[in-house]
Amino acid sequence: MQFGGKYQGSSFSELLEVDFSYLRLNWSDLVEGFDASVVPHGTTVMGFKYAEGVVIAGDRLATVGHRVASRDMEKVYPTDAYSLIAIAGAAGPAVEMARLMRIELEHYEKIEGEPLELEGKANKLSQMVRQNMPAAMQGLGVVPLFAGYDRRRKVGRLWGYDMTGGRYEETDYEATGSGGLYAAESLKKSHTLDATRTEALRMAVQALVDASDEDRATGGPDVVRGIYPNIDFCNQNGIERAPESEIEAVFRAIIAEQSDRRRGTS
Amino acid sequence: MSMPFYVSPEQVMADKAEFASKGVARGKSSLVIECDIGLLMMAENLSTLSKIGEIYDRIGFAGVGKFSEFDQLRKIGVRYADIKGYAYSRDDVRGRGLVNAYSQVVGDAFSQQLKPLEVEIVVVEVGDSTLAGHENNAIYRIQYDGSISDHHGFCVIGGASEELSDFLRSRYQDGIPLGEAIELGKTALEQAAEGEPSVEVKNLEVCVLERERAGRKFVRLNSDRVGELLGA
Repeated sequence: MQFGGKYQGSSFSELLEVDFSYLRLNWSDLVEGFDASVVPHGTTVMGFKYAEGVVIAGDRLATVGHRVASRDMEKVYPTDAYSLIAIAGAAGPAVEMARLMRIELEHYEKIEGEPLELEGKANKLSQMVRQNMPAAMQGLGVVPLFAGYDRRRKVGRLWGYDMTGGRYEETDYEATGSGGLYAAESLKKSHTLDATRTEALRMAVQALVDASDEDRATGGPDVVRGIYPNIDFCNQNGIERAPESEIEAVFRAIIAEQSDRRRGTS
Repeated sequence: MSMPFYVSPEQVMADKAEFASKGVARGKSSLVIECDIGLLMMAENLSTLSKIGEIYDRIGFAGVGKFSEFDQLRKIGVRYADIKGYAYSRDDVRGRGLVNAYSQVVGDAFSQQLKPLEVEIVVVEVGDSTLAGHENNAIYRIQYDGSISDHHGFCVIGGASEELSDFLRSRYQDGIPLGEAIELGKTALEQAAEGEPSVEVKNLEVCVLERERAGRKFVRLNSDRVGELLGA
């Protein structure tokens, strides 16, 4: 392994580009007419603000066409102690982008001696999404969400992206992926900015249940296998992942209420 | 045309060594002490530029001598570690590999450049009890000529490193609690400050590699925390 190269800056992805280009995939090598439907895709992720900060959640299903590729995929990743990324789209490049983002933030912090501002982190992700454009044109698009707790402004903040790297700060909530539309519709009815942690957890589970009900590629809670969505809270104390037992209890309460309502017993 | 004077290689090396060691001895010492919760790294630092830094999950760095030179080494180390962890796995980033690479560049600069690096660095790696074969702490010292030595319990670089090492040797005990280790380190640093007032807490740069912490184990302690630990 090379020790000490040409690159002198503080960005890990630039370091890869300049001194370790053999570790980078050159998208121009991809053949024309590449069939992107043969690789796994991750489906529904969402984020919204609540009283203490921000919530990011994702289902666990990855699909190849109509087939299940994975039932317990991770789509929500902490990128440092106060920020998170959630990924939807082609699973390979998406997971790689989340990993690179984490290393990027850590690398900058170590080289510079202090972390990037939350907005700087969101902007860096925008550049990564833009770099993925050639792959997106071939069906390997990645559309992430980025959220974190801004420790200078003392608020939770949330960003959505488009495939060109467009970056949009959201005031309330955002969802993406194949079931994103349904999750967003659900949040539109339930979301309030002053929600407590308990209320926020219920909103998240409800939105994922609604998305999985309408979108076949979104995985709902799987009580048989004990696989539950990832729901992470980010606030001034850092990141906390909701325990599966808690998500299960909320999920069971939601379906009990729904079936009671159908039977007219409540 | 003027003829250059002949200077023997022995003389060249001796001159370079004298030059580099003077540069290193001029500054204040930095030290490392193994303690109950991991590894303590300490330096008296009157400026806001750090002498101690994080390299990777379990690896820390401290330098003395010329700031620009050892800070450059720190950055090279961070790049090496992050690339290695990216290409392989986080557990593949080990102190020994890094130290060998450091030894190479510092040694090359000493023998090939007109001006050797006026630095001395210490690389520490805290063990991970959950990884077989990675349980032990390691402390490596690299001198201006690239020579490496490994240490157990404690290590002092720069300034009056000999005197401070003797002092620590007489006081150090295995498994010393963090608070006592900081007290010991502070007392040691005060040994070097002849006739000057004692070392103030706000001028101490204190970092710890905490063995039981998940992921990145490097923690920088602020003055308040150091004060608390010293008071306890």
